[in-house]
Amino acid sequence: MYVAVKGGEAAILNSYRLLAAQRRGDTGEPELSVEQIRQQLKLAVDRVMTEGSVYDPELAALAIKQASGDLVEAIFLLRAYRATLPRLGSTCPLDTARMVLDRRISATFKDLPGGQVLGPTYDYTQRLLDFTLLAQGEVPAMPSIQAADTAVPSTTPRVVDLLNQEGLIETRPVPLGDPLPKDLTREPLRFPADRATRLQNLARGDEGFLLAMAYSTQRGYSHSHPFVGEVRLGTVAVEIEPEELGFAIDIGDIEITECEMVNQFAGSKTIPPQFTRGYGLAFGHSERKAMAMSLVDRALRADELGEPIESPAQMQEFVLSHSDSLEASGFVQHLKLPHYVDFQSELELVRKMRAAARTDTSDSVPGDDA
Amino acid sequence: MNAPHQPDLMPAAMGLTAEAAPADGHFNFAYLDERTKRMIRRAILKAVAIPGYQVPFGSREMPLPYGWGTGGIQVTASIIGPQDRLKVIDQGSDDTVNAVNIRRFFERTTGVATTTRTREATLIQTRHRIPETPLAEGQVLVYQVPVPEPMQRLEPRETETRTLHGLAEYGLMHVKLYEDIARYGHIATTYDYPVLVNGRYVMSPSPIPKFDNPKMHMNPALQIFGAGREKRIYAVPPYTPVESLGFEDHPFEVQRWDAACALCGATDSFLDEVITDDQGTRMHVCSDSDYCQERQSAKQGDAPLVAGAAEAP
Repeated sequence: MYVAVKGGEAAILNSYRLLAAQRRGDTGEPELSVEQIRQQLKLAVDRVMTEGSVYDPELAALAIKQASGDLVEAIFLLRAYRATLPRLGSTCPLDTARMVLDRRISATFKDLPGGQVLGPTYDYTQRLLDFTLLAQGEVPAMPSIQAADTAVPSTTPRVVDLLNQEGLIETRPVPLGDPLPKDLTREPLRFPADRATRLQNLARGDEGFLLAMAYSTQRGYSHSHPFVGEVRLGTVAVEIEPEELGFAIDIGDIEITECEMVNQFAGSKTIPPQFTRGYGLAFGHSERKAMAMSLVDRALRADELGEPIESPAQMQEFVLSHSDSLEASGFVQHLKLPHYVDFQSELELVRKMRAAARTDTSDSVPGDDA
Repeated sequence: MNAPHQPDLMPAAMGLTAEAAPADGHFNFAYLDERTKRMIRRAILKAVAIPGYQVPFGSREMPLPYGWGTGGIQVTASIIGPQDRLKVIDQGSDDTVNAVNIRRFFERTTGVATTTRTREATLIQTRHRIPETPLAEGQVLVYQVPVPEPMQRLEPRETETRTLHGLAEYGLMHVKLYEDIARYGHIATTYDYPVLVNGRYVMSPSPIPKFDNPKMHMNPALQIFGAGREKRIYAVPPYTPVESLGFEDHPFEVQRWDAACALCGATDSFLDEVITDDQGTRMHVCSDSDYCQERQSAKQGDAPLVAGAAEAP
């Protein structure tokens, strides 16, 4: 009995209902509020904002709730929301030396102006499941410790700027006229892509993908000898400079994580040996992302620095074409869509080939039931 | 389209057409903002002016996933007007879930009338098929394209393929087809079979079966191809020569079936095999559901053909 593939519309509407029920779970349990997600799942919110390319913790939390905690799906929701928002203007470059720091560490110097600030981090926790949380109780508050007797200063020079006093590290002066970078959300990515465009792509790129790419550079797939010049977390002012005013005005603060990776460079005919830099930036507290991004950024500069391009992490087209979770997830999962026309064509082809093979060998091909 | 609850969207009657209805006022007409539509229309104009050439465009993140028709949706959204009558098919059928979903998207954001009848549609968005009913002047066929670059599987670097297109250097593609012949005795490409457009650009026809390729040649309708994830638009204007690649001694040929459609008896349409029981009994049915239904209606009064063509495994 042949049943035509009718009823798609009713099936779709029913799947909405089932999805809503799955998302809600047991209705005997209180519903999770968007504000709870925003407050208590901060790192998830930060990742969704970073890869969703919108700094809006409330909408990111909403997306996480709607996506049942699937962060890639939440990123998709936020991206689709932002796609048709009007572009009002560009901000001035962020001045991260003027960040209000919550955390700042350098692996290259034991101590440095501004000091090391550990801040909130899982780095030195012992990864033991905390059964107090399971028992619905909060861990007793830690006695508050005044770690530093001085407050973190409002301006903290970046480590790479300290190295610069000796000219040991490359400088990246602002290009003449400070041209506006390309906006990847308005223009398609073209190759070869300049560094500003690459960084934009990496900033939106999937954290897992960038992490694996970065990891590969540490395991021999490209020659990198990286040091964390600095990782800093804090809030920084966002400024715009309306043309009619002629001076910058502060429109609010955002929390960001910035990483400057310092790499050896053997020098070339024109450039003496010096340290080079890889850069990573993410919204909120996203250290893994910022660090991976800085390693991949440095690897992608192989062409510019005259290094041989041998490894995937150094290949622009490989990295930048596959970093976006929306593109990757969409195309991988589109295989769920019906393909029976193509499959029918392949069926005919395989039958034809098997028939030819059978004629050639004169014996019948085992298992052939045609 | 993000919210899973749509109490206002009850299943429409499964009739053949739906009249224009008020659009959801929360969105701009056809979802995209007018500046984006203008950008896409410019890309379409360029694509029409250079048949078969892939025009890069600022593809947006749509409320449907990349790979699920976002290129076709953006093209349709940019050219659809309130007077249009839209048809959406996937695998030739109006009733597959993805076609239903995309049609609902446009019903909701434009309120335009929809139809399943190829003849009545002014705008047809398709995935993987060209309708069997010949298209007419004034109709627009919008293809959803997963991989716009016909040579991507042979050379994944876009910087390289761009140069090859610029030089019209298509030896790579001919070598691939030749290797098929050397290995199998025939060209082993059955869908997404490369075509040469207007004697200049080699183009991916999108994964339509090669059975459909001849329909592209000198077609009176405008054919536009949208690849959202890969951010490319290309086009075949009306009455443009489209030649499927081949060799003099191994010319291009389309697949043929020994069977006829079990529902309408057609022998000239693309047939899908349908497995009808646990023993693998198969029957063949038109992939183009509108074509099949039209033929069945025309035959009303004749003996039904349903029992006829099932084959033993």
